[in-house]
Amino acid sequence: MTYNFAFLDEDTKRMLRRALLKAVAIPGYQVPFGSREMPLPYGWGTGGIQVTAALLGPDDVLKVIDQGADDTTNAVNIRRFFARVAGVATTEHTVDATLIQTRHRIPETSLREDQILVFQVPEPEPLRTLEPREAETRTLHALADYGLMHVKLYEDIAQYGHIATSYDYPVLVDGRYLTSPSPIPKFDNPKMDQSPALMLFGAGREKRLYAIPPYTSVESLAFEDHPFEIQRWEHHCELCGSRESYLDEVVVDDRGSRMFVCSDTDFCSGRRAEAQA
Amino acid sequence: MTATLMLELRDLGKSFELHHQHGARLNVLSGMNLRLHAGECVVLSGPSGAGKSTLLRVVYANYRPSFGAVHVRHAERWLDLAKATPHEVLDVRRRTLGYVSQFLRVIPRVPTLDIVAEPLLQMGGVSLEQARERAGNLLRRLNVPERLWHLPPGTFSGGEQQRVNIARGLIMPRPILLLDEPTASLDADNRAVVAELLSEARAAGSAVLGIFHDEDMRDRVATRLFPMQALEAA
Amino acid sequence: MSALLQVRGLSRHYGHRIGCEDVSFDLHPGELLCIVGESGSGKSTLLNTVAAQLAPTSGSVRYCQKNGSWLDIGMLNEADRRRLAREEWGFVTQNPRDGLRLNVSAGANVAERLMALGMRNYSQLRGIARNWLERVEIDPSRIDDPPTAFSGGMQQRLQIARTLVTQPRLVFMDEPTAGLDVSVQARILDLLRRLVNELGLAAVMVTHDLAVARLLAARTMVMQGGRVVETGLTDQILDDPQHPYTQLLVSSVLTT
Repeated sequence: MTYNFAFLDEDTKRMLRRALLKAVAIPGYQVPFGSREMPLPYGWGTGGIQVTAALLGPDDVLKVIDQGADDTTNAVNIRRFFARVAGVATTEHTVDATLIQTRHRIPETSLREDQILVFQVPEPEPLRTLEPREAETRTLHALADYGLMHVKLYEDIAQYGHIATSYDYPVLVDGRYLTSPSPIPKFDNPKMDQSPALMLFGAGREKRLYAIPPYTSVESLAFEDHPFEIQRWEHHCELCGSRESYLDEVVVDDRGSRMFVCSDTDFCSGRRAEAQA
Repeated sequence: MTATLMLELRDLGKSFELHHQHGARLNVLSGMNLRLHAGECVVLSGPSGAGKSTLLRVVYANYRPSFGAVHVRHAERWLDLAKATPHEVLDVRRRTLGYVSQFLRVIPRVPTLDIVAEPLLQMGGVSLEQARERAGNLLRRLNVPERLWHLPPGTFSGGEQQRVNIARGLIMPRPILLLDEPTASLDADNRAVVAELLSEARAAGSAVLGIFHDEDMRDRVATRLFPMQALEAA
Repeated sequence: MSALLQVRGLSRHYGHRIGCEDVSFDLHPGELLCIVGESGSGKSTLLNTVAAQLAPTSGSVRYCQKNGSWLDIGMLNEADRRRLAREEWGFVTQNPRDGLRLNVSAGANVAERLMALGMRNYSQLRGIARNWLERVEIDPSRIDDPPTAFSGGMQQRLQIARTLVTQPRLVFMDEPTAGLDVSVQARILDLLRRLVNELGLAAVMVTHDLAVARLLAARTMVMQGGRVVETGLTDQILDDPQHPYTQLLVSSVLTT
């Protein structure tokens, strides 16, 4: 059996590309699109793979990560899926990829202008937990009426003494639209600001996509006396020794021993290879 | 030199139409004419039912007259309260026309001292401390014990409430004072204090129009009596 | 003194049914006006239409802004309407649960309007919120408790603090004391009376309780069947009612 190149029919890709162009033209604005049924369940990255499918060309090199790792189920499946339906080359090396689909992380290696990062987004609306009415959140976006978002940050400080939101930390894109960065750790937020790579976001179940074009300002919200801060660890990666990367805490045996390792597997193995050379 | 005319009632009439009593009509006042000058105290006299309280309430614009005019000298010009807008009436009450009734309208939780000081504060131009001090002086003269000043007067005796009411009514020097039996439940000593306060007000140029059932009090404060008769039922 | 709010010939219909019909009035700065009438008389419809929460069927509402220029409320776009509601107006609902954000703390409820105006200093927000809790007689140590942990009277006082924290010039109140027991009512009425005086607020308040009108409002409008049947000084209306309906309303009050 043969599929159309990259699974989606050409009309659907055209619809997606038009929506993506609009998203790039209005940084941070959520563009509705006709999300299709995909051969995997909602919440597994249906938004991300539709965006990827609309962008892939025969010469692209695809990398897929899940929580920073290339070897987790979700990442492996999506990578294989595109290898089969588009026949594109795939890689685990960030520097070799032209298109990176990601769930919950931005690679540690700095991205370039000729790379595109595609995010899988479960909930594109950052105001949703505070305001359940879609008509109202759209109005709030239209009027840039974002005091509500600070209510959530206020609550964090009131309850925990600091802004405890540690992932999906709200950002203001291009000084205009309040945007969800998808559930990446806030550690990755600064990488979005003035990023040379194009960043695209797809939410399949919610039928929304949005974009942060290259070299766009991305500001993490905060209070004057409680500025934005990223996570820090007292540990370094036990495999590569990195002190700059985002660390996962892994339980390694039944006695509760644990170790801290880089969440970005490509970054970690690259450093180890360098150290051996 | 004749005293300044402060208040003039012309051909004043008041009737009440009771829509829920088969449209019954009560005529209480008709063809009333009265002139009140600065420095005088006119006491309305007559049997109960003659419309004395009604007349005071019409002058205060608490009741709306059915006919005629209530001319008041207000801020150096004449204003007919029968035709004035609500905002004009409020301004007249704030600055020109004081009204002391028999009963204190208690405001829940507001202490006595502040109830008395309030008219001064509403006028503006005095600080809270100054207003409270004046209120305290007045309450002291009226023999309201100091331990009561910081309590709301809701639980006070009738006589104490009445004295609080008088203090509130007299704290602001007003060109025209309307008094509806403010001394009804006061003892002789306190009545004497009220008489003294009224003559001070008159000496300062206020015109007083009042009802006093007690003859002794009436004789002491009145410069002139204004007799009234009940109208025949129409 | 010139008016703050001018309402002219305001009507709001629900299809063929009349909500309110041909209402006109002026409101001056610092003045509290009560709208009284029984359920279904159109008072809340009128309040919501004046406050631009409902679109009028006909008529106009004009408001004199802080900077002295007049706004025609019916002509405002959504952005300006919200700005006005945020910066210069306030709205207190009958049920505090409608006016509060129940899933965030008391402090966040009070501070929300300030954050909407762009205040971004956490300690300053906390300070103001604490101060306002005190002003409405809520123990400031409860600043981090959710409103759901408060009694009905406390919730209503919290809503008042949340509304007044930005020092609006004009506040709309829809039966703010209905549904509360009598002693709690008295406390809230006294609080409102004091705050209205202190802040020089102008307010339009809907109530079915004539005693509330007497205590708080210099002027009152009586509504029946969507129309204003009598309007004037509150004491005139209560002591010398002219319209049959007002007489009925006044004579129905239980006196103690």
